[in-house]
Amino acid sequence: MGKLQTLTKGIIKENPSFVLLLGMCPMLGTTSSAINGLSMGIATLFVLTLSNIAISLIKDFIPAKVRIPSFIVVIASFVTVVQLCMEAFVPELYATLGVFIPLIVVNCIILGRAEAFASKNNVVDSALDGIGMGLGFTMALVLLGTVREALGAGSFFGYKFIEGDGILLFVLAPGAFIALGYLLVIFNKLTAKFK
Amino acid sequence: MKSSLKNMVLTLLIITLVSSTAVGLVYLITEGPIAEAKGNKTTGALSKVLPEGDITNDPTADKQIVSLDDMEIIVYPARNADGVVGYAVESSTKKGFSGTFKLMVGFNSDMEIVNIEVLQHAETPGLGSKMGDPDNVLLVSFKGKSPANMKLSVKKDGGDVDAITASTITSVAYIDAVKRAYDAVLSLNDGGLK
Amino acid sequence: MEYFAIIIGAIFVNNIVLAQFLGICPFLGVSNKVETSMGMGAAVTFVMAISSVVVYLIQYHILVPLEIQYMQTIVFILVIASLVQMVEIMLKKLSPALYQALGIFLPLITTNCAVLGVAIILVQKEYSLLESVVFSVSSAVGFSLALVLFAGLRERLDFEDVPKAMKGVPIALVTAGILAMAFMGFSGLV
Repeated sequence: MGKLQTLTKGIIKENPSFVLLLGMCPMLGTTSSAINGLSMGIATLFVLTLSNIAISLIKDFIPAKVRIPSFIVVIASFVTVVQLCMEAFVPELYATLGVFIPLIVVNCIILGRAEAFASKNNVVDSALDGIGMGLGFTMALVLLGTVREALGAGSFFGYKFIEGDGILLFVLAPGAFIALGYLLVIFNKLTAKFK
Repeated sequence: MKSSLKNMVLTLLIITLVSSTAVGLVYLITEGPIAEAKGNKTTGALSKVLPEGDITNDPTADKQIVSLDDMEIIVYPARNADGVVGYAVESSTKKGFSGTFKLMVGFNSDMEIVNIEVLQHAETPGLGSKMGDPDNVLLVSFKGKSPANMKLSVKKDGGDVDAITASTITSVAYIDAVKRAYDAVLSLNDGGLK
Repeated sequence: MEYFAIIIGAIFVNNIVLAQFLGICPFLGVSNKVETSMGMGAAVTFVMAISSVVVYLIQYHILVPLEIQYMQTIVFILVIASLVQMVEIMLKKLSPALYQALGIFLPLITTNCAVLGVAIILVQKEYSLLESVVFSVSSAVGFSLALVLFAGLRERLDFEDVPKAMKGVPIALVTAGILAMAFMGFSGLV
């Protein structure tokens, strides 16, 4: 597989959210607006890329039986680093994303890529895979966030384009499920056409 | 790599040691900025809720902590040469729709409410979160009035406060936090200002 | 009254799956049959009850005295992961029958973000030990309730004529949305 393919496969073909259906909790929980989705996506992208690099570097020294616990420690450390940095430099954002930042640890995408890709490939490929998957995830989050914000609050990245309120339901929990369901339908239809 | 007890324990030990050292280092670097960010938030809110005019003391240095129903309420008195000109009160309530939220309530020397800032909340975006908007109905109901002359409940329950549409629980909790802020000032030794 | 509010709040009003979006993976993954969803619910309740006690003790007797609360995420996830392992080993020895029923779900729980999520919420809300246990168990009951209800709906969906593009996960998500809407009716109970 070429380098370019390693990078781009995460965006459409193996999109972690739309195709692999991983990391659904932050996907639904943090997308009440496009900007929140974007920030969560970027935070995940960071952790994913760093942990992929670290894991592919140390993979040869880790005994098979303690593989998963070791990966979890590495991931948890990067998450804590990101968490501390966000609290220090973007406190407002940290307050909005709340409990979902520490929960990046249990985001199945990260452990999944560590196990399925980084533990078998070299550093460069792992880094590219992390970036690609992270971008795919970020794209999905922004898309869902944009749809929910547009329908729910009538705004786009904070700029209001209608007077008054939107369909509040879409900002609330049920709207997250429904919007994601229909986005998946559209995604399936589109990718089916190109196959 | 083959697993044996010795190399398993050793690997885990090394990994945990290295990662916790790294995290510890980052913590040391970010400790300052985090404290600063929190401090900025308080002083920013203070300047928004305290009455305009000369304030010669540092309200954060003169803060007094009152405990009401097991919850801490922080009172920041603002003084100048003529005495106390107002109070900013950091009050919180557990009755919010999604748990605890924190308000900063500013009083002038007549114990009238100058302004209210929402410091921290987890209320539903688009519904309860409106309590943080500028000039929302809750804030307007309180601005320029003294809680002493108000019936502190929502209009639906016969009070004087307009509730945010579809967010009665948030509104009731907001009133609760304001009331506690007022009670906290009254409970101070000097019995408020008079 | 305080405990009653915590219980109702955690099960219905702020249902961990349908309002807080924690534990969505098992919610979508093991909700094909009512029977398996009950097993998963029971396993989660079991682990959450124990982990709440352990997490409470660690937070207030180790992390706070040493002033290393920032290590929270790392410590909690390790504790939960080893706890799940321990529960698995102990169940195997002590109660093979229970292990038969819950065994296959246990490894899945480590990556169930609901367990870590509840642990973090407990600390954030500064609950006492008893409150922590009550909150965790009620959250887990809320999780099981949502899971079982959802599995019941999905079993029926299998017999319906669903448009091709919506088959599988999309229709499940829309169903979950309607279920979440129903749960919104509980808001205002506490």
